[in-house]
Amino acid sequence: MKLFSKNMIILAFVALLSFFPLYIARDAEFGGADGQASEAISELNADYTPWFESFWEPPSGEVESFLFALQAAVGSGFVFYYIGYSKGKHSLNKRDQA
Amino acid sequence: MVLRKIKNIGLLIAYVMSIYIFFPDNVYAMHIMEGFLPFNWAAFWWIAMIPFIIAGVRSIKKTVALHPNLKMLLGMAGAFAFVLSALKIPSVTGSCSHPTGVGLGTILFGPTAMTVLGMIVLIFQALLLAHGGITTLGANTFSMGIVGPFVSYGIYKGLKKLGAPQWLSIFMAATLGNLMTYVTTSIQLGLAFPAASGGVTAAILKFMGIFAFTQVPLAISEGLLTVMVFNILTAYSQKELQVLTAFTGKTISSIKQGVKA
Repeated sequence: MKLFSKNMIILAFVALLSFFPLYIARDAEFGGADGQASEAISELNADYTPWFESFWEPPSGEVESFLFALQAAVGSGFVFYYIGYSKGKHSLNKRDQA
Repeated sequence: MVLRKIKNIGLLIAYVMSIYIFFPDNVYAMHIMEGFLPFNWAAFWWIAMIPFIIAGVRSIKKTVALHPNLKMLLGMAGAFAFVLSALKIPSVTGSCSHPTGVGLGTILFGPTAMTVLGMIVLIFQALLLAHGGITTLGANTFSMGIVGPFVSYGIYKGLKKLGAPQWLSIFMAATLGNLMTYVTTSIQLGLAFPAASGGVTAAILKFMGIFAFTQVPLAISEGLLTVMVFNILTAYSQKELQVLTAFTGKTISSIKQGVKA
């Protein structure tokens, strides 16, 4: 099977795995906070108080999602730059050999 | 062949569904938050991390000195971890977590190289996103950059030795490495916060309920994405993969044969 179609099938499974929870657990909150773990900690040890605060926290959900999007964009930018670069190099080599 | 692959993946999905049925708790799964490990434990994991960081820096230096043209591939492995850590994906437990993306680099460059790259990703998230933390950086690096990659590496090598197909070795390595990262997180929290009744074990199980099960579908996603990138590398970056074969043993030999044939 061709590379493209093979990878598209894999990608479809990844998309399915990421979106079907939204359907299955429709009433869930899908929270991104780490609230449950800290709740569990205070259940296990009620006296525990975090002894250190983050140096800086994103002032709002918008800023936070901006930074996460930036992280993903920078990362995928480089990943796909590399893929394009090696694909170009590959086809150039093939043409030279032909 | 392809049909069998699809069948296998279908079985995996059925497995995930059954896990959902047994553990329907609404939970969150992430790294350990800033300040949420007592000082002694935070210090312990920091110290435990340092030798691996030194080994990792050495291994990266060696790779780059021997093969300067692999720098881009190394950057790509780091960037892959960077993207995947930013993707908070909903899970069947009704909460979100994210893959780690270190399996790819581990298979290419060895586990300690990913200790360094994983730590860089964690520092970025701790400082700019208040996700994870600097005091807990040692513990988080230990789970994501040491245990995860070493498990991935062991599984990849082991499955290759058993003669498993390339894609399956890669898939299992990335998936189980990701899963073990969060099992480690549970153990770290359990050790630091033993339960009043049941002690450390009970606490570990409690945290595992929070951290590890949410992670199962994400671990599978990570495995699939890693296989995808490897498919691309196999097609376009043969030279680099063959050079890497020189110092990771004959791990990528089957890819080589596949292309020659």
